[in-house]
Formats: sequence, structure tokens, C-alpha cells
Amino acid sequence: MKAVTAEVAKIDRPAKKKASRFFSTMLQQRYLYLMSIPFVIWVFVFSYLPLWGWTMAFQKFKPAKSFFEQDWVGFDYFKELFHDDTFFQALRNTLAMSVMGLIAGFTIPIILAILLNEVRQQMFKRVVQTISYLPHFVSWVVAAGIISKMLSTDNGVVNEVLVGLHLIHEPIQFMAKGNLFWSIVTASDVWKETGWNTIIYLAAIAGIGPELYEAARVDGASRLQQVWHITLPGIRSTIIILIIISIGHLISIGFEKQFLLGNNLVRDYSQTLDLYALNYGLGMGRYSFGTAINIFNSVVSVILLFTANGIFKKITKESII
Amino acid sequence: MAASGTPWSDRIFDIVVYVAILLVTVVTLYPFLNVLAISLNDSTDSVKGGITIYPRQFTLKNYDTIFAFSGLLQGLKISVLRTVIGTVLGLISSSMLAFTLSRVDFQGRKFVSTFLALTMYVSGGLIPFYILIKDLHMMGTFAVYVLPGLVSAFNVFIIRSFIDGIPYALQESAKLDGANDFTIYWRVILPLTKPALATIALFLAVGQWNSWFDTFLYNASKDNLTTLQYELMKVIQSTQTNADNFRGRNMVEVMASISPESVKMAITIIVTVPILVVYPFLQRYFVKGMTLGAVKS
Repeated sequence: MKAVTAEVAKIDRPAKKKASRFFSTMLQQRYLYLMSIPFVIWVFVFSYLPLWGWTMAFQKFKPAKSFFEQDWVGFDYFKELFHDDTFFQALRNTLAMSVMGLIAGFTIPIILAILLNEVRQQMFKRVVQTISYLPHFVSWVVAAGIISKMLSTDNGVVNEVLVGLHLIHEPIQFMAKGNLFWSIVTASDVWKETGWNTIIYLAAIAGIGPELYEAARVDGASRLQQVWHITLPGIRSTIIILIIISIGHLISIGFEKQFLLGNNLVRDYSQTLDLYALNYGLGMGRYSFGTAINIFNSVVSVILLFTANGIFKKITKESII
Repeated sequence: MAASGTPWSDRIFDIVVYVAILLVTVVTLYPFLNVLAISLNDSTDSVKGGITIYPRQFTLKNYDTIFAFSGLLQGLKISVLRTVIGTVLGLISSSMLAFTLSRVDFQGRKFVSTFLALTMYVSGGLIPFYILIKDLHMMGTFAVYVLPGLVSAFNVFIIRSFIDGIPYALQESAKLDGANDFTIYWRVILPLTKPALATIALFLAVGQWNSWFDTFLYNASKDNLTTLQYELMKVIQSTQTNADNFRGRNMVEVMASISPESVKMAITIIVTVPILVVYPFLQRYFVKGMTLGAVKS
């Protein structure tokens, strides 16, 4: 007992000194504090306060009442959620589109980056790259307008090409077919983001030592063999890190594309979890129910992130956490 | 033996590479050229179809038609305003934070950077955020375009990793000359971080210019605060399915009654042109910025 008090006293004195030193440094660094504190408060308000809003999912939330007057209902809204068929439909759509997007969104930019890397004329390469970034910079509103024009039955280029090649007899009403909606979203995403996503891979490829290619050439490797044995292994860790990050976002694919490309005819295939939260939560004023969907989303995201990270850590010794 | 001639397999490889890349380029570019051509073509003639990448009957009438609506000019004004204000404020806030976080001696550094980094992984979701905006009385205001997106952790970290590359001795010598930390930020750091700032400015500006959802969510009923993208969204959605619940404001109604296709394409071009003009010039900056951000995080 005595020893403990002695120790506390010992710690106490330097602690006081430490505290006063802390405040004198703080005075010295007052400009640094002035330049960061307003933004810390800002981050607190717009990023952390909404987390407090999660309590809504456990209340029968009424906007007019204060926090202490709300009726608490426990997990009722989650129970309701798991008994709602629309929820499972939205979950299915979300997972289908995100998995399709993950597969296409990884393979195609890697292929394009490798192809671009094999182009020797720098001027040509730069022009192609500039063009390929273009769709990334237009909004989804513009993209959705362009895509529905290209897929339309009257004079849409896709139908014209397919008819011209005699692959189909008459134009397909792409935007009205629910079973095509997932593919349309995936293809649109590929069209919009492929060029942009090559940037990171091209940078990774640029980091591979030229002496490796030199050695392969001496050994008589063809260009294709060089791609397979040097370029691809060279960007392996970049690919893995990006995959882990994307798996974390698997369930939170948002709703922008689906909102803009979808319509009432394809609703059963276009409604994602976020759109479901938007329609039920805000559209019908069911804030608590919508928040329960939001929470489900976040929790699953975190679980996915850690699982993906864990699996890849075991298999490949690469991880982000 | 292969030292002089190229082996046939490599030649085929080259052909495949170029054909594939040309294909990608055509698929990317054609839709834009097609939209441009239709927007510049006489609208009754466009209906016959067959317009590819150049107009058959050139006219600027479609553009005249849209500019006749005051709604569009007002939308343009709001879009430009939010882009300029949002970009400037966003640059100031992220560079200030980046500067303080780059200072190893700053004692709030660890707390602030953790506090900021966490926001990249956790978010309350759509509905709690909506309620927050409502509680802050920001519904139906211009501020809702600028304030909620002011600080983005990603941008801060990109600028910080750029500042980390600037020798600290520079700041020390400025300090010896009697400069305080704010002066150092303003006179030393800001001019030296121009390439990083250009990248972030592009991201911020494109984000501001392209967003429509905040208008849809918070300001849809305020005619004088709607943005260009939102107006375009309404036009596209209203003509796309014909059967939707957009009780059109005059602009949408009138546009649907005249040839919707050409006018829709003309609006699309107006919304896209500003970006088209800017991004190729900033390309070398953002490629560097993206790579740097990716490697560091």
C-alpha cells in the first residue's frame, strides 16, 4: 500500500510538470491549433454526429420529440427488416451487382494497363489515356443519359450494331428488361471507370525493374511470356491490396447508378440496399427503419473488410490492416 | 538468332495490342461524338436516325431552345457558384489540416490524424445524415452544397504526403526570420504544394460540378437553388420512361413537348464541356497525385 502511494506521488509530480509543459507548447503552437481545431469540430459535426443518429434504429423515432422523449423499441425494426421480402431482394441485387462489378472492375483495367504498357509510341499512348479518362469525369447523370441513348431501340448504336451483325433480328428494349439490368450497370461502370482505374496499375508496372525484362529477353522469352512471368507478378501486391479494399465496400455500392439507370419496369432488379433505405426511410418518412438498413450495411461492410483482410493475410502475406 | 528480326509471335502480339486499344478508344469516345452530333443536328431530322459522329443538318437551334429557359441559366449560375466556392474553401481547409498534420512537432498531430482517418471507414449513413442536415436548419440553403463536404480525409492525406516531401529546413529558416506558423503555411508551404493543390482542386471542382443528389435531397423544392446536373437529371428521367412521378416544373414539361432527344443531348453537352476543357491540362498532376495517394495509403 505504502509503495503504491509512493509510486503515485512519484508519477504525479512529473505529470504536473508534463501538463504545464503541454500548455506552454500549446501556446507556442497556437497557430497550428487555430488551423486545425475548427476543422476537427467540423469533422465531429458532419462525420461523427450522424453515428449518434444510429440510436434512431432502436426507437420509434419521431422528429418532433427530443432524445429523452422517444419510445425505445429495441430490435423491433431489425426484426421487421429480416421479415421483409423486399429486403432480401435488395440484398440479392446489391451482392449480385457488386460481385459482377468486382470481377469486371478488376480484370478489365488490369488488361488495359498491360496493353497500354506494351505500346511503344509515347504520343499514341498519351492520347489513348486522355480519352480513356474522359468518362470518369462526367457525372452519372450525364453517363446515364448517354447510356440510355446508346441502348435505345430507336437508333441506339448497340442495337444497330447487333442487328447489322445479324446477331439479333429486332432491337432489344434494354432499359425495360429486368434480367439485363445487372449487366447494364456493370458494363456502364466498366465504360466509365476502366481508363481511370488503369492509373494505379500503370504506376505499379512502371516500378518493375527494366533489368528483369532484359534478362527475360536474353533467355528468349516472347512478349506474351514477359507479361505473364514479369508484369503480372510485378503488380500482384497492388492488385491484392486493391481487392481487399473493394471487398470492404462490397455491400455499400450506393445507389447512384441504380437510381439513374433504373425505372419502375426493372425495379425488382435495380433496388439496392441504399436505394431501399432511401425509398422506405426518406420516401415514406420511416426514419427508424431506414436507419436500421444503414446500420446493417455498415456492420456487414466491416465484417467483410476484416474477413477479406484475414483470408488474404493467410494466403498471400499481404494485408492492409 | 532472334537479335535481328522480330519473332512472328511478337508481331502478332503487337497487332493484338493495337487492335484492342483502338477498340477501347472507339467504344469510349463514340458515345460522346454521337451525342455532340445529335445536339448539333436539326431535331426533326434526327428522329429519322442514322446520325453517327457528325451532324447531317447542322443547326444551333437546340442550344437556343434550352437557353430560352431561365431555369437553365439559374441552374448554371448555382452550379458555377458552388463549384468555385466549394473548391476554394475545400482547398483551404484540406491544405491547412495537411500542413498541421505534416508538422512532426505538433502535439495534436496524432489525435487529429486518427480522428480524421476514422471517417474514411465509418459513416452514419444516409438517413442519420439527412436528419442532421434538417436539425442544423440547412435544408433549402446554399450552404448545404458547400459545408457538409468541406473536409475530406482522403484529400488531406494526399496533400500531406506531398508536404512531407518538402525539406523541413525551409520551415526552420523561415522561423528564424521571424515567421509564425501561419505565415509559413501561407508563404512557404502553399506556393510549394501547387501541383498537389491542382490535383485536389480538380477533384473538388469535378465533384461539386457533378453532384445532383444533394439538390434532389435537400433543395428540390427551391427553384432558385437547383443545379444544372439536377435539371439535366429531371429532363433525362422524365423522357426516359415517360411514366414517372416527376411532376414537371415548366422546364421539363416544355422540353418534353418539343423534340426531347436533341435538346437532351444539347443539355448533356453543356453540362460536360467545362470538364472536357479542364481535365487534360491537369492530367499530369492528378496521375502523380493518384499514384502517390495509393502508395502511401
